[in-house]
Formats: sequence, C-alpha cells, structure tokens
Amino acid sequence: MKDVPTPDRPVLHARGISKFFPGTIALDDVSVRLMPGEVHALLGENGAGKSTLIKCLTGAYRRDAGVMELDGQEVDPASTAESQRLGIGTVYQEVNLLPNLTVAENLFLGRQPTRGRFIARRRMNAMAREVLESYGLDIDPAEPLSGYSVAIQQVIAIARAVDMSGKVLILDEPTASLDHDEVQLLFRVIRQLKARGLAVVFITHFLDQVFDISDRATVLRNGQVVGECLLNEVTQHDVVTMMLGRQLEARVQNRDTGRAGKTLVEISDLGKRGMIDPFSLTIHEGEVVGLAGLLGSGRTETANLIFGVVPADQGKITLRGKAIDITNPRDAVAHRFALCPEDRKVDGIVGDLSVRDNIILALQARQGWMRPIPRAKVEEIAQSYVRALDIRLASLDMPIRLLSGGNQQKALLARWLATNPDFLILDEPTRGIDVGAHAEIIALIEQLRADGMALLVASSELEELVAYSTRVIVLRDRQQVRELTGDDISPATIIDVIATEEAAR
Amino acid sequence: MIRSTYLPLLITLATFVLAYALCASAYPAMLSFRVVANLLTDNAFLGIAAVGMTFVILSGGIDLSIGSVIAFTGVFLAVILRDTGLHPLVAFALVLALTTGFGAAMGATIHYLEMPPFIVTLAGMFLARGAAYVLSTESVPITHEFYDTLQDMYWKIDGARFRLIGLVMVLTFVVGIITAHRTRFGQNVYALGGGEQTARLMGVPIAATTIGIYAVSGGLAGLSGIVFSLYTSAGYSLATVGVELDAIAAVVIGGTLLTGGYGFVAGTFFGILIMGLIQTYIVFDGTLSSWWTKIVIGGLLFAFILLQKGLTWAAEKRAAQARLRTATGSAALS
Repeated sequence: MKDVPTPDRPVLHARGISKFFPGTIALDDVSVRLMPGEVHALLGENGAGKSTLIKCLTGAYRRDAGVMELDGQEVDPASTAESQRLGIGTVYQEVNLLPNLTVAENLFLGRQPTRGRFIARRRMNAMAREVLESYGLDIDPAEPLSGYSVAIQQVIAIARAVDMSGKVLILDEPTASLDHDEVQLLFRVIRQLKARGLAVVFITHFLDQVFDISDRATVLRNGQVVGECLLNEVTQHDVVTMMLGRQLEARVQNRDTGRAGKTLVEISDLGKRGMIDPFSLTIHEGEVVGLAGLLGSGRTETANLIFGVVPADQGKITLRGKAIDITNPRDAVAHRFALCPEDRKVDGIVGDLSVRDNIILALQARQGWMRPIPRAKVEEIAQSYVRALDIRLASLDMPIRLLSGGNQQKALLARWLATNPDFLILDEPTRGIDVGAHAEIIALIEQLRADGMALLVASSELEELVAYSTRVIVLRDRQQVRELTGDDISPATIIDVIATEEAAR
Repeated sequence: MIRSTYLPLLITLATFVLAYALCASAYPAMLSFRVVANLLTDNAFLGIAAVGMTFVILSGGIDLSIGSVIAFTGVFLAVILRDTGLHPLVAFALVLALTTGFGAAMGATIHYLEMPPFIVTLAGMFLARGAAYVLSTESVPITHEFYDTLQDMYWKIDGARFRLIGLVMVLTFVVGIITAHRTRFGQNVYALGGGEQTARLMGVPIAATTIGIYAVSGGLAGLSGIVFSLYTSAGYSLATVGVELDAIAAVVIGGTLLTGGYGFVAGTFFGILIMGLIQTYIVFDGTLSSWWTKIVIGGLLFAFILLQKGLTWAAEKRAAQARLRTATGSAALS
C-alpha cells in the first residue's frame, strides 16, 4: 500500500462512543480512527477510559451511544466472539491461551481441521508450523504451550487472533511482563503485521515503546479524547502533558526538609529481570525520598523489591554499613523495615478482623505467634495510635472494612508504626482517600521524618511528593532516570524529566 | 524425543510392567492368559466407569455419583426384568437414557447454577442410591435367557476365557481415547480443564461441554451398571458403595492431574490394571488380608500425587529456562 497523504479510509471508525456506569461517565463522546497498516497507540493514565473503550470496541461491553464502522459498514458486536468473527481480534496482557494444550491445539481450538468427524492432527500441526513460520517462529507446534516463554506465547496469541480476525488487532498491554529483548521480538511481529495492512491498536504505559512502534496516538483523559496526533510530529513531552493535563506552573512550596542524618540503607544495583532494571539508592535517617513516575514506571516494583515481596535476582542492600540479605518480607521486618502497600484492600487490611487486630498484626507477627502480646498491652498500643493518628471509629472491635478509606490507611500506617520501624516504605499512601485525610497523612509523613525516621514514598500525586520529599527519584520504563534535589523538586521538573527523551539511560 | 506430557503415562506404564514382573517372579502362574482374562473381566465395570471419570477429572471436575448410579442401574434392570416382559435390550436402552439424562442434569446444575461439582454430584450420589432403595432393598436376582446368552459369550485362548464384558471395557477405552484426542469435544474437555475463563474467551462452548462431560460420565456409569449386572446376575441397592473413589484412584494412578487439564484416558486403563493386579496378587498369596489392596493403592496414590507435584515443579523450571533462552536468542539476533 502506498503512503497516501490524505487519511485513507479507516478500517475501523468509531464515532461518538459513550458509556455510562452508575454514577460515572466512563466514555464521553469518544472517536477513534484505525488506519490500515498503522499502529495506533491508545494513551492515558489509569481511569482515562482506555480499557472501557477497548471493551466497547470488542463487544465485551455494550456502548450506550455512538456508531462503529468496520470497512465502511456499520457493525454492532454483541460479544467478543462476534467482534472476532467480524475481524477484530484482541490479545491481553495475561496470555489468554491454555498452557496444557499444545501450540497447535491453542492456535486452532474450536476450528480444528477435521477429516470426517475427527481432528486431523498431522494436518493441524503442519498448518500451525506454517502460520508460526510466517511470524519467524521456528518452534514445534506439537509441544505444550507451557514450554515456551511468555513472549512466544504472546506471539502465538497474536497469530491466533490475526488468523481468526485479520482486520484489526488490539494489543492490551502486551509488553507489561516482557523484558527488553522479548519486547523487541514482539515488535518485529507487530511490524510484520503492519506491513500486511492490519490496523493495530497498541496500549501500554511505556512511552518509549509507544514512540518506538506506533504511528498515531489517541490520548484519553477522564473518558474524553484529548487529541489525536501523528507521533512523528510530537514529542514525548507533548504527549505526557496531554495525558496528565496538569498546568505546568510551579507551585511555591515552603518546604522544610531539614537536615538528613546518618546513612541508614544503601542499596546497590538491586534489580530483577523483567521487573525493574538495577538501581542504587542511599537513604539517610530523617529523610523522605520520593519515587515519581507514570503508572507502570516501576514505583511499586521498587518498593516491593526492597521489602523482599519479590526477591531480587541481583544487587545488595546494606543497613548501617552491614550487608543484609532480604529474600522475603519477614527478613525485611526483622531489620525494622516496613511497607504500606499500594492496594490496601488486597495487600493490606484483613477486612473481617477488628481494627485492634489489624493494628497489632505486624508487631505480633514479628514477635512470633508463640509469644502473644498481652491483652492490656495490645489495647494500649492500639489506643495510642488511634489517638495519635486520629483514626475515627466507633470501637476498636469493629471490623476494619467498615472504616472509610482514609481511616483504613491510617490504621495500616499504625500497624507498621507499631513495629517502630527505622525505614518506612509507603506505596501510594493517599490513593483513594478524601482531602482531609490526605492532608493528615502528609502531615504525619513530615512528622515521622522530623523524628528521624527514613521514608521512601512512591506516589503519583506530584504536588504531594514535592511537598514532603527531601529528594525525588524519577522512574521511567522501569529505570531510574534522574534524582532531583533541593529547588529542582517541582511538579514541572518531574514532568519534564519523565517526558524528556534525553533522560540519562 | 519423549514429550514431557507423556511422562506420567509412561511412568504409569512402567509401574504396571514392574508390578507385573514382581508378581510373576513371585508366582510364575500369574504370567498366564487366564490371569489376564480375569483381570479384564473382574475390572470391567470399574474400568468403564473410570473412563467417564477421566473425562470429568480432565475437565477439572469430579463425579461422586457413579457408584450409586451403577447400583441403581443394577436394581432397575433386575426389577424391570422381573416385573415386566421387556426385552433386556430395551431395558438397557431405557436405563442408559435415564443415567445419561441424570448426568446431563447434574452437568446443567453445575454450569447454570455455578455450583461446585463436588456438591452437585454428592447430591446425585444420595439421589441415585435412594432411588435404588426405593425400587428394592433386597438383592434381586436376574434370570433371563438373554442374560445367559450374553454371559456365555467368550473367546477362548489357551484355555483362558475372554468374556464379553471385558471386551466392552476395552472398546469403551478405545472410544474414550479417540474421543479425548481426536474430536472437538475431547479438545474442549482439555480446554475446560486448562482454565474455564480462558476457554470461554477462546470460544469453547462451556455449557454444552460441561453438560456433555457429566452426561458421558452418567451414561458410562449406566453402561458400567449393565456390565455389573451381567457380572453378578443380580441387582442390589447396597452394591458398589465407594466405587467412585476406586475410579478416582485409577484415574490418578493413571497419571491424570486431579486439578484437570493434563492426563490420558489410556493412563486410566493401566491404572485399572495396576489396581486389579494388586488384588490378584493377594488372591494368589492367600495369606494376606484383602485390606492390603487398600493399603497398597493408598501408597500408590501418594506416590503419584508426589510425582505430579514434582512434574509441575519441573515444568515451571523449564518455563523459566525457556524465558532465558528466548532472551539470549533474540539478543543474539539483534
């Protein structure tokens, strides 16, 4: 196909798509055009409406308004199976194939070649080999799928989707669990499909990858299209600004960051393949180190790696000059580390236990279950933190799930503060809590720092990070790209660093 | 190269050969057609039911009702043949339709009400056993000349009698193997066992497959009941208690993963033979209590569960290595 200057007819043209959920407008008059032979990136922060839009396009959701045209024909898929038949195939982050079947069986499940009433296995394997070879994969299709890496499984999933649909291919975060080399393997395949004239939708949080592979991008924010652009005409900075939509004016902060004390934790070259590139970090007593970056940039991964939630495969950690070994959270707790995880509902609170039990949990766990903390002592600790953190509750006996988000977060903080940690890691401490509680948590962070504790705080709220951080580490694409100190710390510079291509690599 | 998927099957086969060699070295008489023929005849009803159980377990489910369904079938046939003038073949067709429908109903309950198979088939177990009691609490003898004809059908090799019911079992296994590996239904069963959510996304008809699986299991339990009534010439509502557990044991010893998705119908065949062999050995020995059968089977089950765990670990290791391999491979390419 020639490069036509005027936009040629889109393969898929969705116009004015809207989707309402009780209480919210998930998509508001969204339009997208997918051109043949083009990779179209769908960009936006979490909650911008990317996945809702995909679900509407694939028929997983019924849209509430709008028109979809496929090859000029109006279509209205009622299910993913129907959209697949129409020509829209989807591949998700978690490979949706069956590990117990062979590669060929996965490729042809539900549409196996048959002789009479029986599956023609030899023919099926030969066909599978042919399909895979066209993707540059020389693998044995009679082997079970589980014998191959996630990247190869992704390619097989793509092959199945393209083979069955063949007009539009939607890739929903296909690279999220791949490492650099595997991403390149996938990109080779995507370029081939582009050359075949397929319209590819690519969703990812990695901006580098977007610019690497995509031709066009549609940016969403709060369920609306902010803009469509050709990626060779814009910079990453433009795109980030569109995504975040924040005014880049620097707010004047009166920060009293105090003086950092002695070196507490020194991390050198800690990393895990496919999760986060090796990084080094030194944290002093009485210091708050902020972790900034877009979603998926490696904030949570950094926190989890330091705390041993996921064991690192390289690097080392020293505590007050002595090398320590952290392979699981128990080790970390033993060294007086503490971590408040990002998703408190899943990783943090034990919903049906009382507030008191939730607060005492970490301390009791460190003591060991054989030495129960006396009842009176438990009561005293719980009471003191409820008072200190101003946790609002009817009684310490009520199940913690009945508390509001902010109070749950404070109770979680209390749990870890009760262990009297030297090093506290907070992952998104203010997510999903109201403004009042927000301010209290920030005040608490400053208080703890003033008392000499070392803190590492990961947050997507730039203003907030700027308010309490002594230093800010900026992450991008699972790498530490810059460390900001002193007056450099402002939302504008952080966005700049995230967006700039010249970031140290 | 031996594919890793076949490993459990090969281990079952090796276990069988080894067990047979051990038995034969202790009692050379066990190395005869007569013993083989008896092995097939004595385990025919269990084998047929175990084929159905294999499909159920491959799909990630369980069917606890089959022992009761076998007993019900026996009593139903005995009562029908005693009280009516129906030809046994008509009675067979009737009872097969009944048990298949019963299985399908359980499958529909499991799918549409999203109930765990364990509970639904447990209810089925009580229902079928209860229905058998309602028909008759006594053992009802079956006397019909057609039964005599069927019972007298055998093929004589070297003085050993290969009876009809043994042949029926072998045929059931052959059909089962072909169904599992060469039909779309069979592939869908594996797909369901590999992950229901994923299978649904890949377009597998979950409802039809689930209902089909339990219908097959119910129907084969019915066939097993017919064979059992030919074997014992009677229908008794207290018979075949716990046979579902023997069938599950045979399936697991046959190398099928209890969590579903991995395994072979052929493995179950050798699972049945291994269990039959242990029984035969005890008969030959004469001094051992028959409870030793249970002890040996229990030990074997443990061994096979450990083996499955080990294989799962090995597979995870391999997947991790595969990841490294592609990484270095594509690095070399670029």
